[in-house]
Order: sequence, then structure tokens, then C-alpha cells
Amino acid sequence: MTAFLVVLVIILFGISVWQMSRIFQLAQGKPSVNSEIASDKDNNTQGYLMMGFLAFIYILTILTFWLWGDVLLPDSGSEHGAKIDNLMLISMVIIFLVGILTQWLLHYFAFIYRGNKAKRATFYADNDKLEFIWTIIPVIVLAGLIIYGLFTWTDIMNVDKDDDPLIVELYAQQFNWKARYGGNDNTLGEANVRLIEGVNQLGVDPADPNAQDDKIVTELHLPVGRKVLFKMRSQDVLHSAYMPHFRAQMNCVPGMITQFAFTPTITTAEMRQNDKIVDKVARINEIRKNKSVALTAAGEEPLETYEFDYILLCNKICGISHYNMQMKIVVESEEDYKAWLAEQPTLGEQLKSK
Amino acid sequence: MSAHAQVHGVEDHHDDHGHHHKETFITKYIFSQDHKMISKQYLITGLFMGVIGILMSLLFRLQLAWPDHKFTIFEIFLGKWGTDGVMDPSVYLALVTIHGTIMVFFVLTAGLSGTFSNLLIPLQIGARDMASGFLNMVSYWLFFLSSVVMLFSLFVEAGPASAGWTIYPPLSALPQSIPGSGAGMTLWLTSIAIFIASSLLGSLNYIVTVINMRTKGMSMTRLPLTIWAFFVTAIIGVVSFPVLFSAALMLIMDRSFGTSFFLSDIYIAGEVLHHQGGSPVLFEHLFWFLGHPEVYIVILPAMGIVSEVMATNSRKPIFGYRAMVASILAIAFLSTIVWGHHMFISGMNPFLGSVFTFTTLLIAIPSAVKAFNWITTLWKGNLQMNTAMLFSIAFVSTFITGGLTGIILGDSALDINVHDTYFVVAHFHLVMGISALYGLLAGVYHWFPKMFEGRMMSKKLGYIHFWVTSIGAYGIFFPMHFVGMAGLPRRYYSNTAFPYFDDLADINVVMTIFAIITISVQVVFLYNFFHSIFYGKKGPKNPWNATTLEWTAEVKHIHGNWDGPIPHVYRWAYDYSKLNKDETDYVIAGQDFIPQNVPLQDNEDELDH
Repeated sequence: MTAFLVVLVIILFGISVWQMSRIFQLAQGKPSVNSEIASDKDNNTQGYLMMGFLAFIYILTILTFWLWGDVLLPDSGSEHGAKIDNLMLISMVIIFLVGILTQWLLHYFAFIYRGNKAKRATFYADNDKLEFIWTIIPVIVLAGLIIYGLFTWTDIMNVDKDDDPLIVELYAQQFNWKARYGGNDNTLGEANVRLIEGVNQLGVDPADPNAQDDKIVTELHLPVGRKVLFKMRSQDVLHSAYMPHFRAQMNCVPGMITQFAFTPTITTAEMRQNDKIVDKVARINEIRKNKSVALTAAGEEPLETYEFDYILLCNKICGISHYNMQMKIVVESEEDYKAWLAEQPTLGEQLKSK
Repeated sequence: MSAHAQVHGVEDHHDDHGHHHKETFITKYIFSQDHKMISKQYLITGLFMGVIGILMSLLFRLQLAWPDHKFTIFEIFLGKWGTDGVMDPSVYLALVTIHGTIMVFFVLTAGLSGTFSNLLIPLQIGARDMASGFLNMVSYWLFFLSSVVMLFSLFVEAGPASAGWTIYPPLSALPQSIPGSGAGMTLWLTSIAIFIASSLLGSLNYIVTVINMRTKGMSMTRLPLTIWAFFVTAIIGVVSFPVLFSAALMLIMDRSFGTSFFLSDIYIAGEVLHHQGGSPVLFEHLFWFLGHPEVYIVILPAMGIVSEVMATNSRKPIFGYRAMVASILAIAFLSTIVWGHHMFISGMNPFLGSVFTFTTLLIAIPSAVKAFNWITTLWKGNLQMNTAMLFSIAFVSTFITGGLTGIILGDSALDINVHDTYFVVAHFHLVMGISALYGLLAGVYHWFPKMFEGRMMSKKLGYIHFWVTSIGAYGIFFPMHFVGMAGLPRRYYSNTAFPYFDDLADINVVMTIFAIITISVQVVFLYNFFHSIFYGKKGPKNPWNATTLEWTAEVKHIHGNWDGPIPHVYRWAYDYSKLNKDETDYVIAGQDFIPQNVPLQDNEDELDH
């Protein structure tokens, strides 16, 4: 695939250079008085090239969708994500319509009105009505988008405490993530970096009664269908907790607690059956298989087969290993989640066993 | 090197307005107070920095496309950070940081606004020089000094600043967190502080010059749109750059004097730091209070240049002059109240996010008006396809494409999932990076004869440069949207550390191939530029048949611009293809333009524009 694309790009480039050199040869008629100012011949060729460029933009758009339309994220794994995706779709449709239309006007005008000594430009300085029209149309369209966007935003960001969300702390440090569950009381114990000591790596206050049943883990498990309220902390620099499959992101800021809430709707097992994900995993395993061939030839271990998992990524530059700061997220049924959580030791136990 | 830009045909200038001092090599080429020479100094320094910044992007594009491959070129350029041809992750971050810094500040702010404000403000308003030639000279040399400091920072032991061009603390404040936050960051902050001083001196000078030194008849409503753009850009700069200075100053204090403006509750490298009560979010507010207007500081001059070049080469007035001025003012005003859209998910109050979404999407309105007005300017024109014109058309194209995705990023709800992904990188490279570069290139091709005493750049090389660049630019940045929509964060040294993004490798290869082609063709431009300085064909005094005053000035650079008296202005700058009262011919028979210094003719109507 890559080789094919490389060859394709090189061929297209070669053709365009060849065509251009031909055009320039053709353009070399009799020398004009000053050849560095565009002649009518130049205007003509460049005008045609403008139409060619318009075709290039359109073909590029179609080609990229055809080639890479399937790398985009699959359906949202969270409740609010569907709203974001819907708004995104509407915005994209508007953008594409406006883009296709304006690019056409721009390049078509550049072509059709290409200069000629025999022609005369129209002295057309202004038209209040026209300008009013293209002021008011963006106003209306944008007003619609703003209103829709603001409702969606408010809906996502305002967490209703009555929902009884599961409280989970996301804790960021160079270069890994930890998660802390509130335990049976669903309440996180107080914490501060000044209390970090030994096994108490998150600086949880050992004296806080709420802290005793807290559970600290390195893999995030979430029950499907229940709202989760993430409380985010960072111990060193800015990080950003980015969960692309859930359309969720919030920065982790040292010195303050930030929050983001969402309800997971699709379990990991279900997402693995998603058509897009099945295709994607197949593609990735194909790539890994090819790499493995090279690895075994060099006497190294082949790569394992990849299986889809939700991920939490760091999305704010945070240091040298920023690119490799991630955590696995598992969305599962309430029972599986409870069974998993029961196996995790509480902070109280960990502190005692020290 | 900038000072040696032009060494041909030099004679002592003849001076007829009172000065009789003798110019030496140093006062003419190095510490020159003449705006035309300072403009060339800005341009050549900017181009030099641009070459460095763009080559950096080539290095990290190679790394992104072929992360497992060993490149000898890494070893050559990166030394100990490219041992055995493998790029070190820390130098990857350093490269993206310095690439961003150089391109935004040194190329697109100083190189674009500095060059053309200096060249065009006095020439187009009919002034003999800037209000203060001395301050102007100091402004350039501070810029030069800041460039030197920035380049010097590339050679410090632990590496240059590598916390991203936005240098968010605590990463930028704590050397423990990343090697580049040691001496490299100190030099970065020093360089930018000097740069801000340079920018302020320059901007104040531009503002004063435009307000006070317009020639007789040059009312504000007769100013070419270039001058409006430079003037408003300077105002935005004066309003917002000091805020960045305060942020830099506080960051320096946090770094060196133990204050806690931006730091609180930090545990790093096994110890708790004493800092308490500061907030990184405060820094983000201060940074983006400059940072967002900065993108308009970059794009407005390009818009001005494009408007001017487009009208001239369309042989038509710019459509909706008043709307164009109004939209410049509206963009300038709104640009100072939208900074929060960089911070929707920074942890600031979500209500603020709502407000900034509102103001941000408002700014799309004047931008849309400008785009439609440019398109209408082409309508029924007689388009002269000079290289500058091609770049102006391409500017509108990339500005539209990049601007439209801004509607997504400016919407707080949509920003959640594309924030800090490659979608953002694609957006801002098209809308301000590529577009502003096109504006810069259009300006260079168009005003080259003015800068270099009538010599012109080769149009053939210009066409090759243009077409390959414009195809390449889309080839790089259009596919990049897909990478962002796939959820890939920016500033990742490699996206193959875990399998999920493995299937994006193809797109990265395609983007890098386009980048290599596009970067290679800039050599054609550089050759054309430097060759034409010495050997370019001499064109007529007014090669593009433009109406503005700079083409009435002497071709040969003299101190004071006009040999005789300063021209007076009788009309606006866009009397192209204006017909006489009977509509039988142009107002001046056989000539489709009326320069601004031509009085109102008997056979024409006076129009209120």
C-alpha cells in the first residue's frame, strides 16, 4: 500500500512537471517587450492551470476519503459522544458545501476572466445588497451552529450530582496514568503531593477516613451504562486525559482538580465486534504480520496479534515520553466490573502491609 | 548576511532636501535608518530564519513517516541527538518547538509585517521615511539580536527549548521535567523578550507614521488596504505583545527566583517543590491573550497584500473597500476577545467556554465577508496572471479551506475531541501558516522591483515555484485532517509505540513525500530571489500598472524616496478600468488605471467609495 502510494505520488508529480514544462515550451513564442510581466499567453495557460488546480482539489478530497475514510474514529462509546458526532456531521456538511462552492467560484473566475489585451475589466466597486447577503447568511448559519454547540457543550460539562455518578480519580505523572476509585463509599480521600511517601504514590491523606477504602489501579475499568465522573490531578506538569473513543478530553493541571463526566454505552467486547474496528484491527494485524516477518528474519520475536482496547492517551506535551503515555480502558458489565474491583487491594490494606 | 543583500550599482545618493552627510558602507547597509534598506534587512533575515524553520520541519517529517528507519541526515544535523541515524525523542520535541517559534514570530511576524510595513507604509502614504528612522533601525537590530539568541540556543549542552512553542509551565519552568527547560528555555525567553521590544518599537513607529505622515489628500479612506492592514496589525501588536512580555517575565521569575505565579503542588524527580498557589491556567490566559491576536498579526498583513495585488492584477477596484476596512477592524477587535478557544478543556470554567465559542464563531463573519469580496474582485476582471496574483488566489483558497475547519475547532463541544490533535495542526497550517506565507510570497514577487531598483524576478521560475508549492501544500495538510480525526495527538515523537495508530503510517508517508517536494521547490524561489537581485531584468518604473504611490517614487533608492516634491493624492487607490462619462474609453484614454496622484479629470464622475 505504502509503496503503491509513493509510486502514485511520484508519477503524478512527474506528470505535472512534464506537463508544466510542455506548457512553458509552448508559451515561449516570440519574446515580448518585457518577458517578466505576464503576457496574454501566460494568462491563458495559467487560467487553464487554475481549472486544473480546482480539479486537483476535488480529486484530492475524493481520493483521501476513498483511501483513508476508514481510519476515522468509530461510533462513539459514550452517551454524549453521539451528540458531538451529530454536531460534527452537520458542521462538516456545511463546511464541505461552502468549501466546494467557494473554491469553484474562485478558480472558475480565475479561469474565465483570465486576462487578455482585448478585454476590459468591469469597474465594479461595491454593492451594498450583495454584501448584506453574504454577511447575513454566515450570521444565520453560525447562529444556528453556536446555539446547537452551546446546548451540547453545557449538557456535557454540567454534571448533575443527582445522577449518582461513579467517582474516579485520574492521576497523571510523567509518563503514566493511575486511577483511584472511591471504594464502597464512592468518595475519594483527600490528597496532596506533599503526602507522597513510599507506597502512597498519589499522596492520599492516610488520616482521612474516606481514603481507607480507596483503590489505586493502573488499568481503568468502567461499568457500562453508569455515569462516571472523573476527577483529574497531575503531580508534575500539564497532561491531558484524552479518550478519543468516548469523545472525552480534559487537561490535568498541577495544583487544581479538573473534571469531566461521561456514560460509557458500548463495552469493550461489543466495540471489538464493530465493523469499523474489525476492519481496522485486521489492517493493523496485516501490518504487524509484515513487520514480524522482518523481525523473525533478523532473529527477533515476532509481534503479538493486536486486539482492540479503548485507550486513554496523554494529549498535552509533557516531556520526552509524552508519545507513550497511555492507559488501557476496559468497559464491561456491572457484574464483571464489580468482580474486578473486588480483587483490587484497598489503600488501607496497602499502607498496612508496608 | 542581510546587510550584503544589494551591492550592485551603488553610487552616493543625490540629495536634494537638506541632508548633506556622507553615507558610509556601515550607515548605508548595516546601521541604515532608511526604511527601504531596513525592509530588505527584515526580509532577508526572515527568509534565512524561514529556511532553518522549514528544514527543521523536514527532519521531523522524515521521523514521522519512517520512524524505524535510520537517516544519516539526522546524524549530520542533530549530532549527539541523532546517533546512528536515530532521532532522539527529546530533539524531536525541540524541533517542533523551535519550528513553531521561528515560523510564527521570526518569519511570519517580523519577516512579513516587518518587511512590508517598512517598505510600503512610507512609500504608499507618500512620506519620505518612517516617523523615526532611528527607532526603526533599533527595531530591526533588536529583531536581529533576538534571532541570534534563538539560533544560539540551538547549540546549548542540554538542547534548545522543547516544551512546545506555547511553552506552558510547569514543563517549561522545571528543568527536571524536560532537558530543554534548562539553559535552552532561558535563551528562548530572552530571545522572545528582545523580540517583543523590537516588535513594539516597530509597531509604534508604523502607527505614528500612518497617522501623522500621510501626504496631502491621503485621507484614511483613501489608504490602500495594505496600509490599513499594517496599521491595524501594529495596533493589535501594541495591545497584545506586552501581555506576552508579562507572562515571560513571570515565567522567568518562577524559573530563577523561586516565585509561584504558575506553579503549585508539584512532585517531580522524587521531591516535592515548595511552589504553592500558582496556576498554569493563568499562564495559558496570558499567553493566548497575545497568542490569538498573534495569528491575526500574521494574517492581516497577508490579507492587505493580497487585496492590493488582487485588485491590481484584476484591473478592477477591490470589491467593497469599506467592507474590507470594516472587516479588518472587526477582526482586530474580535481577535482580542477570543483567546479562550485555545483553552476550552484547560480546566477553566465551562461557562467561559460558552462565551469564547460565541465570540470565536462571530469572527467567522468578517472573515467570510473578506473571502466573498476577494472572489467578487475577480469577477469580470481582466486577470493578469503574474506570480504574485497566483499566490493571492491561492491565499484565498487556503484561507477558505483552513478557515472553515476553524468553525469546528471554535465550537467548544466539537473541540473536546479534536483539541491538540493533528486536526488542529492541519487547520492552523492552512489558515495562517500557508496562507500567510502565500501573502509573503505574493508581496515579494509583486514588490521585488520596488525593493531592488527595478529588477524583476523570473516569472517562469515563479510559475514553477507557485504550482509545485500550491499542490504540495494541499498534499501535506489536507490528509492531515484525517490523522487528526482518527484521534492522533500532536507532538508525538512516534505513533507506533502502541498498535492502535499503526494504520496511519501510509498517510504520514504521503504527507512527508509532499513535504519533501514542496520544500525542495523553495530552492527555485531562493535561486530566483537572489539571482534576480543581481541579474534580474530591469522592468518599467511601474511594471504592474498600479495606482499606488510607491510606483511614482524613484526606481533608484534615494533617501527621501521622491527626487522632487512629495506627490499629492486626489483619489482612492483603486481606480482600475474606470470609464469616462460617455463610457467610450478609460478616463485616461488607452490606460486602464489612474494613479492616486492624478487629479480628478473633467471626463469622470467622482464616486463615493
